[in-house]
Amino acid sequence: MSDSTATANRAVAEVHHEHPPYQRHHFESVDQQFDATNFAMWLFLLTEVMFFGGLFAAYLIMRNWYYPAFVAASHQLQIFWGTANTVVLIASSFTMAMGVWCAEMRRKSGLVLCLSLTLLLGFAFLGIKGIEWHEKWEKHHIPGPHFSVQSFLNPASDVEVHKQYPDDKPLAPDMAQKTEEYFFLYFAMTGMHALHMVIGVGILIFMIFRARAGAYTTGHVTFVENFGLYWHFVDIIWIYLFALLYLISRHS
Amino acid sequence: MSEQTRNGEHEHHIVSPGIYVVILCALLVGTAATVGVSYVDLGIWNPIIALAIATTKAMLVVLFFMHVKYSTRLTKLTVAAGIFLFLVLISMTMADYISRAWGRW
Amino acid sequence: MSATTIVSLPDQSTARIPKMNFLTRENGLLSWLLTGDHKRIATLYLISITFFFFIGGALAGLIRLELLTPQSDLMAADTYNKVFTMHGVIMVFLFLVPSVPATIGNFLIPMMIGAKDLALPKINLLSWYLYVVAGIMVVYSMAAGGVDTGWTFTTPLSTHYLNTHVISTGLAIFVAGFSSIFTGLNFIVTIHKMRCPGMTWFRLPLFVWAHYAASILMVLGTPVLAITLVLVVLERLFHIGVFDPAYGGDPILFQHLFWFYSHPAVYIMILPGMGVISEVVSTFSRKRVFGYTAVAFSSVAIAVFGFFVWAHHMFIMGISNYAALVFSLLTMLVAVPSAIKIFNWAFTLYKGSITFETPMLYAFGFMGLFTIGGMTGVFLGATGTDIHLTETYFIVAHFHFVMVGGMLMAFLSGIHFWWPKWTGRMYPEKISQLAALITFIGFNFTFFPQFILGTLGMPRRYAAYPPEFQVLNVFSTAGATILGVGYLLPVLYLTWSLKYGAVAGNNPWQATGLEWQTQSPPLTENFPVIPIMDHEAYDYEWLEHQQQKEVASVG
Repeated sequence: MSDSTATANRAVAEVHHEHPPYQRHHFESVDQQFDATNFAMWLFLLTEVMFFGGLFAAYLIMRNWYYPAFVAASHQLQIFWGTANTVVLIASSFTMAMGVWCAEMRRKSGLVLCLSLTLLLGFAFLGIKGIEWHEKWEKHHIPGPHFSVQSFLNPASDVEVHKQYPDDKPLAPDMAQKTEEYFFLYFAMTGMHALHMVIGVGILIFMIFRARAGAYTTGHVTFVENFGLYWHFVDIIWIYLFALLYLISRHS
Repeated sequence: MSEQTRNGEHEHHIVSPGIYVVILCALLVGTAATVGVSYVDLGIWNPIIALAIATTKAMLVVLFFMHVKYSTRLTKLTVAAGIFLFLVLISMTMADYISRAWGRW
Repeated sequence: MSATTIVSLPDQSTARIPKMNFLTRENGLLSWLLTGDHKRIATLYLISITFFFFIGGALAGLIRLELLTPQSDLMAADTYNKVFTMHGVIMVFLFLVPSVPATIGNFLIPMMIGAKDLALPKINLLSWYLYVVAGIMVVYSMAAGGVDTGWTFTTPLSTHYLNTHVISTGLAIFVAGFSSIFTGLNFIVTIHKMRCPGMTWFRLPLFVWAHYAASILMVLGTPVLAITLVLVVLERLFHIGVFDPAYGGDPILFQHLFWFYSHPAVYIMILPGMGVISEVVSTFSRKRVFGYTAVAFSSVAIAVFGFFVWAHHMFIMGISNYAALVFSLLTMLVAVPSAIKIFNWAFTLYKGSITFETPMLYAFGFMGLFTIGGMTGVFLGATGTDIHLTETYFIVAHFHFVMVGGMLMAFLSGIHFWWPKWTGRMYPEKISQLAALITFIGFNFTFFPQFILGTLGMPRRYAAYPPEFQVLNVFSTAGATILGVGYLLPVLYLTWSLKYGAVAGNNPWQATGLEWQTQSPPLTENFPVIPIMDHEAYDYEWLEHQQQKEVASVG
């Protein structure tokens, strides 16, 4: 049976070439493996862009249709926590980027430190989210059977928010009902984002253990770099969520 | 021929921590700016400015933290394709909604 | 070389299936369930999609049985709704979308580009498992009572007014969507990064180009379907959402998001089939594909333009007239690249040495039936005609012509064409040609009357219809019976051929392409040494030169 005739007379000595242990057998070189997996992660992030894209499209339309309700409802979100979360995530992106640098420079302890800081900041973000969501629960702003439009029909009854936004007028009942749409989108978008954060945090914990074992500081930085891409992407989503959900109109 | 480098030569430009610090500061400034501007009444410009600042921040993260500035053309093209298609989804959908009330046709 | 067939088999008295191949390399269930080998995964996919195809086909049989009579007498109208919904869901998401890419594409793409495997073998396996989970969830939904919204899940019917298993079916499709995404992702990375030395983009087989274009659609379009299904599920669970007017939502928003994926989805389904046809038409006319560059670019053009036309499914739903105008014009544009392909295949045939083996018969069927289906698509793209024809049997006939007359025939063409490579055995030619003919006849009897029914005004998705439509419906059901026979036969004789088929050898079709330069069935690693590509695609002179060299060098 004739051999593949498309093969040239390559180095007959090219039997089993040496390659690092982390190179998979179907790749011809470490670089090819790195390039391929990096590209694959970017394509995955594209799918995430389109995934969140549907939510953004829904949000844009609802905001246009029910602008007064969206303004009033967004005042229920505390800008303090929102800004804090934004700063936390930006800082975590920084620590993650530094982590990738440490891996590239083969600094194991630096990498572990950076990953740990990123993890801490990730937890901080989730903690703040929990505080915010809990507040929504307390004020009956979770969409569903217990949703209450009281704060929007009569803003004066909601003392803390009314102090910050004394010029907020009461909404007509049907527009007030649309605040539930805002909160549906709020929870859908921040919930989906938080789910991605949780997954990221889980992988970070795994990575810290592996980093301590030296897995990423022997030249094989692919995993850290690709995870970094994912983490930065989650940060970018939050940057847009913050602008869209919290900053609709904070002026009087 | 597929885009491979030869034997272990790394094409990867390693971005220095200095750049990361600069970008971090820029992002924090942008955050402060966007919060500040939202307290000023600029009418129709508020959401535009907010999105512009958000997009600038996002671009900084993409170009520097995600190394796209130092990446291959393929990576840049991939990012551009994703942004393009996202914009198609938003704009063509919005076009339907915006044009519903036009004229009487 | 015989004038009536190009098949060239080794001497059957001495030929043997190679002892070491991807099927025999390892044994045991786990070696299959935990495999990374793209060929084994393709085989797993082939078995699973065939299984779901026959479930979907049985549901089609039930539909046609019900429609024999004008009254809704075989089943209640609600049950009929469930039957056509499950038929659509299974056929679209569990059969057509993965049909060629996950089976033939998975099997061939690494070999066609000269690689040892896809870029991400574990993701490939994950893809299959996600498919199986999705299939199980769909079967569960069916067993638990089914869903009756139509495969398009139109809101607010699906979110508010029905009490059927929308959530489990929606989640099943969500999972199937990710199976599709990972397959597409894998293909894009592989085609970009793992081509062998010398394999430039324009030396790739057109099959690879077609899969590349389809993969772009899979990766970019499917996530929008995913989020839409999530929103539908949330709306059902929490009774608040963005699609139900009662809550302030907009049902048109659902349709925009749904069709943003589902239109590109039809190109996901057809493009790989077109890739098969390019290979088959070239091989059985012994000629390079006419206008290689045009065919390659038209695949990508279909993918790109396919993203701009989705609202042509929504002309009567309440979109603005301006939007309808724009989408209608863009729809006219997207027909052009498909037509380019048909013309190029026709010019490939011109002055070729044509033979009529089974894959070629299916390819001819494809060219004719897809052209009819495609042209009726143009009628539907014009808003004026669409208003009258939409939601009638004209639509049903249109998409069955392109999907069944087109895609399914292309799938069968591909299965027959690469069967020798996959299994090492030839299928029996005479009975397979008969099956192809039966399929073609049955198809036309089934679906051509439906064009007429549609123009006469018979609505789709109705269990009962006015008695004047009965004659055409009876024709259609009769055709469906013939069609069923046509689809059953391949399962039988292909299974038979596994044990009793003639030994195929490396290249029974004298085809070009790197996959034909390896043994049949291939080795697990495809190539012992990565080949170097030194000739253009469809280079029959190179092939003849190779064969002369072989003859000259054998003792």
